[in-house]
Amino acid sequence: MLQGWVIASASFAYLGVLFAIAYFGDKRADTGRSVIANPTIYALSLAVYCTTWTFYGSVGRAASTGIGFLPIYLGPTLMAGLWWFVMLKIIRISKANRITSIADFIASRYGKSQLLGGLVTVIAVVGIVPYISLQLKAVSNSFIILLNYPEIVMPAKAGAQPLLQDSALYIAMILAAFTILFGTRHLDATERHEGMVAAIAFESLVKLVAFLAVGLFVTFGIYNGFGDIFDRAEALPKLKALMTVADTGASYGSWWSLTFLSMLSIMFLPRQFQISVVENVNERHLARAIWLFPLYLILINLFVLPIALGGMLHFPGGNVDADTFVLTLPMAERQEALALLVYIGGLSAGTGMVIVETIALSTMVCNDLVMPVLLRWKALRLHQEHDLSGLLLAIRRWAIAAILLLGYIYFRAAGEAYALVGIGLISFAAVAQFAPAIVGGIYWKGGTRRGAIAGLLAGFAVWAYTLLLPSFAKSGWLSLDFIREGLFGVALLKPQQLFGLAGLDDISHSLFWSMLANIGCYVAVSLRRPPDVVETSQGTLFVDVFRHTEGGAGSRFWRGSAQVQDLLPLIGRFLGPERAREAFLAYARRRGVASVEALEANADLVHYAETLLAGAIGGASARVMVASVVKEEPLGIDEVMNILDEASQVRAYSKQLEQKSRELEAATAELRAANERLKELDRMKDDFMSTVTHELRTPLTSIRAFSEILLEDPKTDLIDRRKFLAIIVKETERLTRLINQVLDMAKIESGNAEWHTAEVDLHEIIEESIAATSSLFSDKRIGLEMALEGGVPKVMADRDRLIQVMLNLLSNAVKFCEAGHGRVKVGLHLAAGAVRVDVADNGPGISLAEQGTIFEKFRQGGDTMTAKPQGTGLGLPISRQIIEHFGGRLWVESSLGKGATFSFSLPLEERKTK
Amino acid sequence: MSKRILIVDDEPNIVVSLEFLMKREGFEVAVAGDGETALRLIEEKRPDLVLLDIMLPKKNGFEVCQAIRANPDWQAVKVVMLTAKGRDTEVAKGTALGADAYMTKPFSTKDLIAQVRQILDVA
Repeated sequence: MLQGWVIASASFAYLGVLFAIAYFGDKRADTGRSVIANPTIYALSLAVYCTTWTFYGSVGRAASTGIGFLPIYLGPTLMAGLWWFVMLKIIRISKANRITSIADFIASRYGKSQLLGGLVTVIAVVGIVPYISLQLKAVSNSFIILLNYPEIVMPAKAGAQPLLQDSALYIAMILAAFTILFGTRHLDATERHEGMVAAIAFESLVKLVAFLAVGLFVTFGIYNGFGDIFDRAEALPKLKALMTVADTGASYGSWWSLTFLSMLSIMFLPRQFQISVVENVNERHLARAIWLFPLYLILINLFVLPIALGGMLHFPGGNVDADTFVLTLPMAERQEALALLVYIGGLSAGTGMVIVETIALSTMVCNDLVMPVLLRWKALRLHQEHDLSGLLLAIRRWAIAAILLLGYIYFRAAGEAYALVGIGLISFAAVAQFAPAIVGGIYWKGGTRRGAIAGLLAGFAVWAYTLLLPSFAKSGWLSLDFIREGLFGVALLKPQQLFGLAGLDDISHSLFWSMLANIGCYVAVSLRRPPDVVETSQGTLFVDVFRHTEGGAGSRFWRGSAQVQDLLPLIGRFLGPERAREAFLAYARRRGVASVEALEANADLVHYAETLLAGAIGGASARVMVASVVKEEPLGIDEVMNILDEASQVRAYSKQLEQKSRELEAATAELRAANERLKELDRMKDDFMSTVTHELRTPLTSIRAFSEILLEDPKTDLIDRRKFLAIIVKETERLTRLINQVLDMAKIESGNAEWHTAEVDLHEIIEESIAATSSLFSDKRIGLEMALEGGVPKVMADRDRLIQVMLNLLSNAVKFCEAGHGRVKVGLHLAAGAVRVDVADNGPGISLAEQGTIFEKFRQGGDTMTAKPQGTGLGLPISRQIIEHFGGRLWVESSLGKGATFSFSLPLEERKTK
Repeated sequence: MSKRILIVDDEPNIVVSLEFLMKREGFEVAVAGDGETALRLIEEKRPDLVLLDIMLPKKNGFEVCQAIRANPDWQAVKVVMLTAKGRDTEVAKGTALGADAYMTKPFSTKDLIAQVRQILDVA
């Protein structure tokens, strides 16, 4: 027998533990050692998504629709995959702008509009309060069921209970006290509640453990595992049907719409926004939540179907509500302790939701509904108050109490009515109306305040008409006529078959029409006129948040004059003078300024003050308050555009800089290469000079030595004397030749050579050259053979230069021929548009390797390993330059031991007139 | 006994002049036209001093000098480098390889004789 006092004291003990955890969390936060700075705690706290509607309701839903309970958890699982894009952006925006609630978020995005903030708050309150009632009802029902242990009695209608004996009233009061204690301990600029988050994370663990415990008990304690339950259920046709997806189009449609709806809910339910965005300590925590939160959802759903089937097998009469199976199954099996644990699990699911939701709603009600009105109410003379922080806290506390009271009243009024039972999804559909304004707001700069208001109003209206009013009618509070026959009897206006759209379940139907109206109005109205100044600047801050996160982004859009002695008291009025002063001092220190008074009241400080204030009273009111003490020079839309333009110009400029630096790098590389080439040329010049010097010194050595010998000894032998003098003369000639050729080469290379181009007959040239070298031939007794084709046309060239080439080739040929046995053959013939001259010898030939080098300067042919050849080593390079000057070609064909043939060809067509 | 001198150069006219000068001073003279011949003649004739050109066929003067200094039997052989290559790096290379003197062409005959006498320690 579980006495009432046992259950009550267990409940209080549990709440006491929560209280202790929250107290500990807050204390730690105050000393700067946060307990919730942990990704696992963040992920667990997100499980506030799972309320009593999950804890008790999933089994109930499974009992009537089979796996139809799953989309509610499938949606969030899918959405978690997108968190890294969408949620991260929302968190970043909220941190940068000190967003305190979803209403604040939407209001701030659309130009810090108080009207919009108020509208969102109203929708949220209307949509969510019944959901709070549902939690109260579930907790109170579970209390009553447990109280009758071991009898299984379904709770009486709530209304039947006398007010003062109604456990739900006490639950509501206790929760209000608890929420006030932890939700409004002080006004924080960031509106974070560390202790509460720690308590919520703990609650998530408790409800998971309780649910898993009962699941394990039912599956393995009452039955013999999953297989056993499913086998038994299979035997009953009614239960068998539950285990398959009903294969009607509407059923699939509702799967999709429920999944979609819950995807939006996990983002935009005020409590989810509070936990995932406002209470987020570190955006990197998202990374773990992305997989841990879906894992939590899988665990808590693991035993839903077994419990549902087990319950239906156990209570075949249908007189036990499936929503209570989680509790009634352990009771039927006389498991006192387990039943108590389940009750505590349900309590944790209910309290977690109520606490967070109430805090989120009270912040919205205070910042976006009450404060704007109070501040405008001149008769209250709030402008002259020195410290409004107490007032703010009081408003929030009253708001918490009022919201819970409303929840309780709705619970009393609705009782078992459809309007309460079906409220879970109806609530979801209400908050889904925030989606277009938020998602559009963070990705589309074109969204405007008017567009957002129009969208929200339209969506809300359609939601109310197609979901809320019919739920009232089904509860008997309204006539059902307008559902059956349409408003004013117009069939097209039937709220659940609007404009003739039939075949959908009521949630899908409402979602379709409300989203269509919402998105349609939002986009259409936004497009009607371009965003104004504030909308443009806020839009940019939100959409481009990843670019603007660096400090000072918000202040770029502000210009005006302000005084520190105006700003400080203003902030002090809302945060309390102490906290305001601390905040300003911290700001001053960050700027390297010694005292608050020395601060310069520039755009940055004004922006800082406004965000401080936004944390306490919301962005829209903060803007109004700050504007009241500073003289703002309103920026024109052109100027805002210019500021944005400047930003894009800076980006363009930095792109140009990058481009330039790449060009510079390329230019540097080119310069380096050019420098290398120059160095190479310099080295070549150096080598050339060194070689020339060597070539000059060698004859000079002989000349000097013999001159000195002759000078010193006048009585030198006559034969010797003649011999020495002959050497001197010969070496002098060699020197002269060398100097001439070096100069010649230099002239040709620098382009300063004189060319006397005229029609030249190669026959004449060859004959003249042979005549000039005839003594060389006869000296070495070398034979000469000529094969000159007749009628070869004249070419355009310099006659003397061509003779120079011929002489060079002939003397080379002679030089490399063996005396007595040598034969030189000179040929002239016409070949393919050119005249070709060959000079062939039967000397030692030139190796392939040497054929390339002999045309380089001072590279003499012949094996330098055997004997030193005569000549300067400049003849062939000069000859080649001459031939190439006239557009011809000079080359050699040879192989070792078979002589060499030097040939040149000169073009016929090309008539050079140089 | 007169000192022996090996002249190593591939310029016939320079060889003529050096041969004349050295003989006039009373030295016994041998001539090599390339590096390999030079080494062979050093082995055969054991000269006291080698007048060594650098730009030589087959083995250049540096290599010849290195070979002389690498052979323990030839440590007494004096080497005078005689070359038209006058760059500092080449002078340094010659002395580093163990040449006793380095003279740049065209040289003064008097200086050359004085240098040779001094190295050979002939009065």
